[in-house]
Formats: sequence, structure tokens, C-alpha cells
Amino acid sequence: MTSQDNMSEEHLPEAAHGHGGGPVVTKDGHFADPGLPAHEPRRTDIDEKAARRAERQVAMWFLLSMLATVAFIASYVIFKPGPTHHVYVWPIGNVAPLNFALGTTLGVSLFAIGAGAVHWARTLMSDEEHIAERHPIEATPAVREQVFADFRQGAKESGFGRRKLIRNTMIGAMAMVPLSAVVLFRDLGPLPEQKLDTTGWKAGMLLKNINTGEPIKASDVQVGSLTFAMPQDLSEDDEDFQVRIAKDALMLVRLQPGDIKDKKSATWGYQGVLAFSKICTHVGCPISLYEQQTHHVLCPCHQSTFDLSDGARVIFGPAGHALPQLQIGVDNTGNLQALGDFTVPVGPGFWERSE
Amino acid sequence: MKKLSARRRHPLAALVVLIFALVVTGGLYAALAPTSSASADASQSLQVEEGKRLYQVGCASCHGLNGEGTSIGPSLVGVGSAAVDFQVGTGRMPAQQPGAQIPKKKVIYSQGQIDQMAAFVASLGAGPVVPTESQYTGGDVSKGGELFRTNCAQCHNFAGAGGALSEGKFAPSLAGTSAKHMYEAMLTGPQNMPSFPNSTLSEQNKKDIIAYVTHTTDSNTNPSYGGMTLGAIGPVSEGLFGWIFALGALIGAAIWIAARTPKAKKS
Amino acid sequence: MSTHEYDSSHEEQIGHSEAGVEQKHLGEKSADWVDGRLGIYNLAKANLRKIFPDHWSFMLGEICLYSFIIIILTGVYLTLFFQPSMGEVVYHGSYVPLQGIKMSEAYKSAIDISFDVRGGLLIRQIHHWAAIVFVAAMLVHMMRVFFTGAFRKPREINWLFGFLLLFLGMFDGFMGYSLPDDLLSGTGIRFMEGAILSMPLVGTYLQMFLYGGQFPGNDIIPRFFTIHVLLIPGIMLGLLVAHLILVFYHKHTQFAGPGRTEKNVVGMPLMPVYMAKAGGFFFLVFGVIAFVSAIASVNPIWAYGPYRPDQVSTDAQPDWYMGFSEGLIRIMPGWEIRAWGHTLELGVFIPLMVFGLMFIVIAIYPFLEGWITGDKREHHILDRPRNAPVRTGLGVAWITEYIILLVGGGNDLFATHLHLSIDAITWACRILFFVGPVAAFMITKRWCMGLQRRDKDKILHGRETGTIKRLPHGEFIEVHAQLPQEELFRLTAHEQQAPTELPPAVDENGVKRKVSRAAKLRAKLSDGYFGPQSQIAKPTVEEHAELTSGHGHH
Repeated sequence: MTSQDNMSEEHLPEAAHGHGGGPVVTKDGHFADPGLPAHEPRRTDIDEKAARRAERQVAMWFLLSMLATVAFIASYVIFKPGPTHHVYVWPIGNVAPLNFALGTTLGVSLFAIGAGAVHWARTLMSDEEHIAERHPIEATPAVREQVFADFRQGAKESGFGRRKLIRNTMIGAMAMVPLSAVVLFRDLGPLPEQKLDTTGWKAGMLLKNINTGEPIKASDVQVGSLTFAMPQDLSEDDEDFQVRIAKDALMLVRLQPGDIKDKKSATWGYQGVLAFSKICTHVGCPISLYEQQTHHVLCPCHQSTFDLSDGARVIFGPAGHALPQLQIGVDNTGNLQALGDFTVPVGPGFWERSE
Repeated sequence: MKKLSARRRHPLAALVVLIFALVVTGGLYAALAPTSSASADASQSLQVEEGKRLYQVGCASCHGLNGEGTSIGPSLVGVGSAAVDFQVGTGRMPAQQPGAQIPKKKVIYSQGQIDQMAAFVASLGAGPVVPTESQYTGGDVSKGGELFRTNCAQCHNFAGAGGALSEGKFAPSLAGTSAKHMYEAMLTGPQNMPSFPNSTLSEQNKKDIIAYVTHTTDSNTNPSYGGMTLGAIGPVSEGLFGWIFALGALIGAAIWIAARTPKAKKS
Repeated sequence: MSTHEYDSSHEEQIGHSEAGVEQKHLGEKSADWVDGRLGIYNLAKANLRKIFPDHWSFMLGEICLYSFIIIILTGVYLTLFFQPSMGEVVYHGSYVPLQGIKMSEAYKSAIDISFDVRGGLLIRQIHHWAAIVFVAAMLVHMMRVFFTGAFRKPREINWLFGFLLLFLGMFDGFMGYSLPDDLLSGTGIRFMEGAILSMPLVGTYLQMFLYGGQFPGNDIIPRFFTIHVLLIPGIMLGLLVAHLILVFYHKHTQFAGPGRTEKNVVGMPLMPVYMAKAGGFFFLVFGVIAFVSAIASVNPIWAYGPYRPDQVSTDAQPDWYMGFSEGLIRIMPGWEIRAWGHTLELGVFIPLMVFGLMFIVIAIYPFLEGWITGDKREHHILDRPRNAPVRTGLGVAWITEYIILLVGGGNDLFATHLHLSIDAITWACRILFFVGPVAAFMITKRWCMGLQRRDKDKILHGRETGTIKRLPHGEFIEVHAQLPQEELFRLTAHEQQAPTELPPAVDENGVKRKVSRAAKLRAKLSDGYFGPQSQIAKPTVEEHAELTSGHGHH
């Protein structure tokens, strides 16, 4: 019986739509806009107690901010700066107490102002929605006509269109005057000329170990080892050290003669000691992630990988050409020396570069 | 021998070897540990002999019975005691399985046993020797920093956090590595790391680098002044942190600001 | 400034208007003085009670604005201590691991700010974190504007301003990252040298002029300093003001809903609600960033060491917003053309071009879409992303590409942290560079279509109530409740455009009509945007009526 009742018409799903009038429809057959719903009050709007509670909460935020500012100033005075001062803060680790204290107090003092203001707006300021009309941005046709008429009048009075001589010379002058500015930039730097083609290496220049500052004998460079070298005449105290080391830095490795696949590369070395530019041919990072078992050298910046046993050929990554090799030999005391400059420019490729 | 190598690939072989190794290790340790002070004055040849026994159990299957090397393990002739002390002392050897790179693991031998194996391997051919303490202490931190950035940071990262190499290989983190092991690694060039013999990086240079790395990887001497290190791996983790936590918190704040305050009565 | 003032403001207002004639408040008098000179009353009349709609995503732009202000405030502080000079000095300061090391004055002063100026480290970290948040927020803000179609007429120009702000913000960030002259930033400057050199014809000249000679020279840091603190921020400030003026002038967009039309804007007034909310938000943003700077280290330059061109650290990456360009360059194969004594370094130059392309598509998209749709009307009601499947798909495709490139830019870290091969990750990114965006587009579009279908279903059949009923003949059904009028209106408020149709190929006189190629392309694209495969016809009132009036069947 009861289940029969339940099955009466008005409990069927369709009934849910049908009764109650159905949706309101506009003349052109769309669902009509019911308009802005009526405003409903919040608790704080109708309950003075709730409003007072909200007021106290807002005030608490502002008070908290004041306290944090006092704490900030106190931290500034109390904690000492410098790398010798540190304190363990869980779970962050060992940190500078000054930075931690100043940051947290500043953070709280600012955040509390914001939180107070937003809470104030959300609970106590009116949340009634208002409607503002928009006005089309485009001008009315009358205004448009007026503007065009004014413009034509002005243009006519100036004679700009009619007096071609004035117009053309003025355009010429305006076009030329920025040239002065362009010219002024000429002294920003020198012309490239052949500067990128050469390095500081010259025939007979000894290779200097960058770590020890000593000349390098062939026997110093063992199979599997990695040695960095710079020209004998270069010192860290030189004024142009940075510019020169950016091109002259060398990487020395020694391979078993049988492992060297590239014949030319082998003859440019000395008893298996090979000297390659340390500057990547891609964009110039100091490439030096040497894997001694594979003889691969990897660039940490973009992973260009070169095979030092095969003339430093590119085997992976974005570099376009092999690392330049410096031809080396020994002088009469057995120290490694350059037999000349690199035969190709070191570092990243450029338009004028030729091989 | 042939029998052994034939059974080497048996599924249970590794287990058998491991159990055997553990039993032998434990037994040897029990036998040797109490008398370690006495064994200090034992003759060099006894060291070598004990080392050989350990070697034959734990290492010979890959490196050959006399350290001559096999298809899966390089020859140990001439690698010196320093290489053994590093490889076994950091747990890299004995290796679990061949791969792009043998990672560090739990050390399974006592220092006494490592010394014995080192003595045995050193007897196979002259090579770098385990350094004494005076060789790796007393370096200059700032000089070491400069040397570290020239020779090491390209693989191990500025803070010694490690980094990627090609084809799945990597430079490990240096945190927690002992001074002695750092010295040995520089001297011997384990796995794909190049070696830095004294002719390349003088003993003083090595001391300096060790001083710098020890200083840098210890948060007591090198605190992270600005807060969490975020792994000390540069801008990638900083960016991730900024997106997730900083921007995340701010979007949370925006949602709070724009959310409608609950109405008094709920229909 | 207490809540008491607010409570009684109503009475006060009344009080003023009555007593105003006899004696004026000091506040009123000074306001009169300013109005007499600047005419502020007319401005205030239009703007004091200006209406802003409430939606969390409309606050994203404010995060950008406030982090930009924070960057300027902290940046000015930093300039008081920073010395943008590449002159070499030997460090004898308080940080032991650098003592006796040669470094530039720029690096030394940045170290001193970190260790010897009280609060200097905090300000440096706030400056840097704020920069990271600034660009991230701009990107998210831009996504919101894109996916809701807020860039349509009349806001295309404001989209361009925003685009320029993003572009300049990124570059200014890059330069700021370069200034301390530490090992990481120097590597970035070196990369830039390589990128400039790769340009055909002009590369070497530009490089020499920018660096004042060969890399690194002595000029790049001071020059970047001027550009970083003066030139770019100046331009950005101008663009920002223009951007905000246009937001005020156009009035804010709003989502469809009851009472919201193309001709109005519904929300709350600037004074007091938005003054409190937006003003408060500034402090929230500043507070959060200050707190992050207290707990998380950013750019620990002392750990990197000073720059030397022969030194490098692995994990050499730019800040995240340049990460996608890093990805572009890392996944690029090493192509190079050498001919007639010249070298074209495609391995660098192609990524440089693609970098530009990824930005140009952002800049031109509103104009492209405007051309395809041929829509010349103003739009102030926002699209729901599902109702514009092609646009949404394109946006997601762009983001997918961006994320793939970010992963490519961090390939070494993904390799070490996920125990993968760096070569494998690079190859995966190379393939995904082409496949990823296409797949993302197709999936997103289908997803949007699915959501449109669901909306249609909801309108026609109502929402599921969760109540199960058994019919007399034994069938079980779930009771659906009809959507309220507000929902019906909201879900059908969007317009569905029909694709542009080309005129018949032959005109009424039987003469072949000439249709330009551009027109054909446009018709095709329009069909892609609005054809049946990219929109589900929204339910009509008739369909609805038919379904709801029918009895006994569903």
C-alpha cells in the first residue's frame, strides 16, 4: 500500500520538472536571466554579538602586527650578523638567527595587517552586490564625424598635404636625426676583427699546471688522470686574466696510444698526452666532466658530449663541432709546450668562423 | 675453476656466495677482532696472506684469482692499497651487480680486513698507497674552495651535492665522505672519475680540497644561512619551491579573499 | 583606523551634509584644495565606488602587481649597498671559505650584503623570491585571461601590455640573476655570449658591443646593472600603469550568471570593500614572501664562489622562468652548417628562434582568433574554457610544451633524482617536443567536449539527486531534479558561433567566384573552431520542454 502511494504521479521524476511552472523563457527562445538574487545577510549583519566578535578578531590581527614589528626591531638589535652565527631551527636546519628572526617577524607583521584588513572586509563591510552599467567604448557616429572633420581642418590649415617640400624635408630630417644616437653607440666596444680566432697560445709556450703553477712533464700526466693547464705567461694577477683564461684554458688527458682512434689527434699529442680546449664549442661553458673509462667529456651546462679518444668529436648534445686540440710537444727539459696556437677558434661558433 | 664459473650464473649462486661471505666474514671477524692490537705487530706477510684469503672469497670471482682481471672486473695489478681501501671502505666493492656505475653501499668488511685485502692487492704490483692522517689534514679552506671549483665542482656541484654524467652514470654526493676516502678517490680515480695524482694536484692541494669539502658538507661549519638548502642544487629546486609553496600560498590567500562569507541562514 | 569608525560612518555622513555649509572638516578643505588644482572629484566620482566582481582568479594579477612593488622596494635597498663593478679585489671579509680569493667588487659587495649588512640577506632573499613569484604569477594570470577569453575585444591591447610585461620581467630577472657575478650567474652570462655569437652576420659585432670587447671584459655587469635597475623597470612601470588604467577603463570582465550581462558589471565597490581586500592582499603577499625568505634559501652566492671563465659547477641552470629556453637548448641536436668560410651554429640559433616563436604566438593569439571568428563585438562575459575547446586545447598544448622544455632544462637533475640516464631523458624530451603538444591538444579538446555534453545532459535531465525509485513495473530509476533557473541560464548563457561559410563556388550568373586563399584558410580554421567536431549544440528550450512535458519515457 505504501509503496503504491510512493508511485503516485507527483513522485515520478518527470514531475519534478513539470510542476512549479517550468523554466522561464525569453521571447527569442533562451532560458531567461532570473536577475540578481536577493541579498542575504551574514551573521555579522544581523547579530551584533557576532559583529563585535569579528571586530575583536580584526583588532587582534592588527595588534599581532604591532607586536611582530616590535619583535623585528628587537631582533635587529639582539642578533648579530655574520657567517659565524648560526642556530638550529627545526625542521629547517642550521640557519642564520638574524635572517630567520627578521624574516619571520617581518612576515608576521605584514601578513597580520593583510589578514586583518581582509577579515574586516569579509565580515563587517557590506557584501551587497552592486550593478554598474557599462558604456560602449566606441564613440558615437556624431563624435566620430566631428573628430574627422577637426582633423581634416587642422591638416588643411597646416598645408602638410599641399606643401610637399615641407613635408618631404621634415620627414627626411626626422628620419635622419636618430642616426646621431646610433653613431653614439659605436664606442660600446671594439670591432670583432680577428679577435675570436686566436688565443694566447704561441709556439714554444710552456703548459702550466693550473693547480700547482708548475710546468708539466709528460710523465706527470697519467692515464686516467685529468689535468688543467694555462699558458706559462698567464698569472691570476694579470689584469686580462679573465679574458685570457676564457679562451686559453686547457684540459690534458693521457690515453693508451692504442685507444686513440683519430690519427691526427694522436700525432698532435705527445706520447698519448692530448691537450684540448676546456671551453665548450656550444656556448662556452668550461667543459670538464671527464669520464676516464669511456674517455667521454660532458658539458655540465647542456650535456654536449665529446669523445676525447676520437679527436673530441661530438657524440651527443647540442654542440656543433669538436673541441679544438692544441698541438703539443716537449722542450729540451722535457716540459710540455705548445707547438703553436689552436688552428681553429676556440669556444662557441660564430658567423665568421671558418675551419 | 671451470666448474665454478659455470655455476656462477646459477640463480642461487649470488645467495650462496653472499651467505658464504657473511659466514667467513663473521667468523674471521670473531677470530681477529679481539686480537687486533696484537695483529698490529704481526708480520706484513701475514697481512698479505689473510688478505689473499679474504680476496679469494669476496673479490676473485670478478677480478680473477690473482687480481689479473676478468671480463666483468678490471685487473687490480698496480691499483695500489689506496684503491682497495676506497672501494671496499665505502662499500662500493664487492659489487652487487655490474652496471653503469657501482654505487656506495653498507660496508661489509672491518677496517682490519680491508687493510689485509689492501696489503694483498698492493703486493700484486706497486700503486697508490693508503695515505696517513698527516697527508689529508690541515688544509686551507678558501684555497681548497678555489681548487674545488676548478677541478671538482663540474661533476660534484658547488656544494658537493653530486651531479649527472652520461648514460646513467653520476658523480656522487660528497656529504659524509671521510677525508681519507676523499684523498684516495683523488689519488686513484675510482670508476669513471679521473685520477688526480700528485703531479696534477699536489698533496697540499688535496689537503686544501679535503678541508673545503669537509667544511662545506657539514652544516655545523657551513650552515644554510638563508634557510632550507632545498638540496643545494641551484635554481631548479628554488623554482619548484617558489611555484608550489610561495605561489601556492598566495593563490590560497586569493581564494580566501574572494570567497563569499557564509550567509546567516542556510536554506 | 578602527572598526568603530566604520560602524558609525553612516551617521557621520548624514552629519556632514547638514553641517558642511557652515564649517568644513580639515580633510574636506584639503580635498577641495587638491580638486581646485587637479580636478580629483571627477576622477573620484567615477572610481571611488567602482564595482569589481569577486572571483579568486581575478586576484592573480594583483599578486603580480604586489610582487613587482616588493621587488622595486627591496631592489632600491639593495642598490644602496651593491657595487656593480668588475674591478678585481681580494676578499678579506667575514666569510672564511672565501678569504684571500680574488673576486669582482660586484661579488664582494653581494657577499657583504649577505653577511655584514643586518637584514641584507633577508632583503636579498625577498628580492629574489619575489622575482620568482612575480614571473610565475604573471604566467598564471595570463593563463586565466587566456582560458576565459578575457583577451577579446576590447582588451587585445591590454593583453599585449601584459605580454610585454611578462617578456621584460623574464629578462630583467635574468639580468638580476647575472649581477652578483658568482659562478652560476657568470655561466649564464657566458651562455648569453654564445647565444649572441650564434646570430648570423651581426653576432660577433653585437657581442663585442654588449660586452665592451671579448668575454667577459669589464663592462657587462655595470651595463646590466643600468638596464636591470633603470631601463627595464622604467619601461615596465609605464606598461604597468597603462595596464591598470585600461583595467579601470574597460571595467573588469565577469563570469556568466544571474543578473550579469554584457552591459553591466556586478560586484562590490572599490571603497571600502576592494580597498580593504586589495590593500590587504598587498600585505598578505609581502608577508608570505618575507616568511618564505626567512625559511628557504635562494641563490646562496657565497656557496657558488666568484666567477672564473674556466670554472663551473654542475646543476648550471637559470632561474625557472628561463628554464624553458634552457630546455630548448639542451634537447637541440648539435647541428651546424659550415660553408664558404662561414659557420651557422644551428645548435644555438634554432633554439633562439623557437624561443622567440613561443613568445610571438602569445602576442598574436588574440588577433589570430579575432580574424578567424570575425567577431567585432565587445566581450565582457567570460567564456568557460570547455565552451571554447579549440582555444583551451591550444592553451594546454602551449603549457605542455613549456613543461616538457622545463623538464628538458632540468634533465640532469631528473637523471640523478629519478636514477635515469640523462641521454634517455633528453631523447624523450626531443620526441615529446613534437608529440606532447599535439596529444595534449587532442585530449583537452575531447575533454572539453565531454564537459559540454555533461552540461547539456544536466540541463535536459536535471541534476542527479541520489534518490533511487522503483517504478510499478519494477524498473529502478534515479530521480533527477530540474536545475534552478539560475543554473539553466548560467549554463546556456554562452553564444555558439557558426563556422564561416565560403560563398558558393559559382555565382548566380554561373561565373566562377574568386575566393582568396586567405578566405579559404579562414573558413577552414573557423570550421575547426566552431564546426560540429568542436562544439556540442547547446540544448534549446524546445528540447527541454519536449523532454520535461513528456510522460512515461525518459
